Amino acid sequence: MEVKELEVPTEIGENTAHINALENEAIYILREVAAQFEKPVLLFSGGKDSITLVRLAQKAFWPAKIPFPLMHIDTGHNFPETIEFRDRLVKEMGLELIVRNVQDSIDQGKVKEESGRYSSRNSLQTTTLLDAIEEFKFDACIGGARRDEEKARAKERIFSVRDDFGQWDERNQRPELFDMLNGQIELGQNVRVFPISNWTELDVWSYIKYEGIEIPSIYFAHKRKTFLRDGMIWSAEDGIVFRDEDEVVEERMVRFRTVGDMSCTAAVLSDAISIDKVVAEIRDSSISERGARIDDKRSEAAMEKRKQQGYF
Amino acid sequence: MEVLKIATAGSVDDGKSTLIGRILYDTKSLTSDKLEAIERTSKQKGYDYLDFSLATDGLVAEREQGITIDVAHIYFSTAKKSYIIADTPGHVEYTRNMVTGASTSQAAIILIDARKGVIEQTNRHFFINNLLRIKEVVVAINKMDLVDFSEERYNEIKADFEKLMEKRDYADQKITFVPVSALKGDNVVNKSENTPWYKGETLLEHLEGLDLAAVSNVGTPRFPVQYVIRPKTEEHHDFRGFAGKVYGGELSVGDEVVALPSQTRSKIKDIYVYDKKYKTASRRSSVTITLEDEINLSRGDMLVKANDLPTIEKQFTATISWMDSKPLAAGNKYVVQHGVNKVLAKVDQVHHKIAPDYSGIDTQAKALGMNDIAEVSFRLNKPIFYDKFKNHRTNGSFILIDTQSNNTVGAGFIS
Repeated sequence: MEVKELEVPTEIGENTAHINALENEAIYILREVAAQFEKPVLLFSGGKDSITLVRLAQKAFWPAKIPFPLMHIDTGHNFPETIEFRDRLVKEMGLELIVRNVQDSIDQGKVKEESGRYSSRNSLQTTTLLDAIEEFKFDACIGGARRDEEKARAKERIFSVRDDFGQWDERNQRPELFDMLNGQIELGQNVRVFPISNWTELDVWSYIKYEGIEIPSIYFAHKRKTFLRDGMIWSAEDGIVFRDEDEVVEERMVRFRTVGDMSCTAAVLSDAISIDKVVAEIRDSSISERGARIDDKRSEAAMEKRKQQGYF
Repeated sequence: MEVLKIATAGSVDDGKSTLIGRILYDTKSLTSDKLEAIERTSKQKGYDYLDFSLATDGLVAEREQGITIDVAHIYFSTAKKSYIIADTPGHVEYTRNMVTGASTSQAAIILIDARKGVIEQTNRHFFINNLLRIKEVVVAINKMDLVDFSEERYNEIKADFEKLMEKRDYADQKITFVPVSALKGDNVVNKSENTPWYKGETLLEHLEGLDLAAVSNVGTPRFPVQYVIRPKTEEHHDFRGFAGKVYGGELSVGDEVVALPSQTRSKIKDIYVYDKKYKTASRRSSVTITLEDEINLSRGDMLVKANDLPTIEKQFTATISWMDSKPLAAGNKYVVQHGVNKVLAKVDQVHHKIAPDYSGIDTQAKALGMNDIAEVSFRLNKPIFYDKFKNHRTNGSFILIDTQSNNTVGAGFIS
């Protein structure tokens, strides 16, 4: 086996110390989860952030297996490429995957499908997630949220305690000091854990490049049937987003920066067909990642409100 | 590229959020959609300037009241460094959040309103930065535009602050003064033409020049065992790895180590990060260590170099920053979380309360209320392995957890 000094420069050049520091912090957090909780779960959407979490967990516990399962809260409106990727990853790495469907929550009458032009299943996920937490008695849910994503996220702790309704009390968060993470909770409460809180979008992409991590193909530029609405580019291929007759379908070279629910995730024009080009594109971009998420534009406090209700 | 963590401190309306917004704007770190949102909302509110605090005050209640309630983490990078700014609240009642923000930072920015000068809150901000042994402090004298960029006023405030510096007990701390206008952008990122008398660096230039190794408090190597890795697979049948993060100094293969509390000696056999072996694990790296001998170690135990033992005691005295509405008093029991180690603790004695505005101590105090700071001694049910906070930021600090609410109710710095 290779023997070398830690923190030697690598191909990522100037970024190494920075990325290394973030990785060390994330691994520490994941080990705290495994040590402090009885039944943790890693929330996995098949997106770049949760894929990064899986790699970090793999590193944190090697040569042992990742000591918690993955769980996907499936809105039923996923990009097919993401689901195909999810199933392959789980199989190749021998991981346990739990899937719970928003459609079931709709069928059970627990949530009501939104209607109209901007309808999305994104916020419906919360109910399905909270039900699954109760069903499996998960006491810690690891998520790939980052503080740079959105200003309500910027206020979130690394160990974020939620009450037994899954609610976030943003005005009464536990102080989090030094590296010390307090995971003590009462039965019924759970903790949302965000190991990559301090990463930016560019950090995640740099890490994916550095580690050679595989990601779903929709992150790379491809030709896609699309239409324009409110200055954003929507996929016309999947029949999820309701399209008006005057919204013209055109083929464009696009990629996706996030792979959330299709009903609220817009594409961006891009010719980035490789990871190097994606990293370069993000570095030069003048639009934030969440700029392509329609659900955040509903109001100035859209994310905060969702989080108060138990959204991850 | 390195990461520099900075905490801000300033009173309400001193312009912390505006300063951060200004840094983001002038370093072109605000994406166009975020900038548009700021422009839109500023207009709605009828302001004739851009309200940059909208970029950092993320909660509805904060925007309603125009104040920062909780720490926000803001990220930006330049060609030289990556920065994380902990934007901490200025209100007296949020002292605990200020301690929280400063606890992970290597540098601090204290804002002073040039019209008001050094006020009681400035003393408090400086005290907390001293208590937490933040090595680099930048005093940004803000709103210079409102005092006609007066050199005289700047020097007056600087002299007042220098008087305050005589009271500190942390002499290694470096203080730098910069006259700025966060609103107009003077000396934040770009040099100002309005202050020809100021020959120093702009705020950002100063931060860019900081050497990270020099601003970090290092201390000697401590390796708390976080998690024991036993795969029990055919391939790794006998693997017994101790996972954790290296604090202070570094550890190398072949180092003679002592396991605490058993005080058993062994040598480091291998250091792993994932499936790669390394000769040396440096400060703050998360690694997995295997030892040459079979010794029993579990979470909360600690590996240290054989010639460099910490204090192993069932009692200690510490400066406590109290963060809960339920008071701390002699006889109360708490969980002490020291790194990853948890022990039960009983408050032995409240020695004296310290006024964080440097106005003195109160030897009659028997209990601590929210935001109080005091010297307190504790007795523990098991020994912990600690260093003094001034020698080791990690191994000298702890948190107190309420056994009923499970809340983090205090932070402690071992004296």
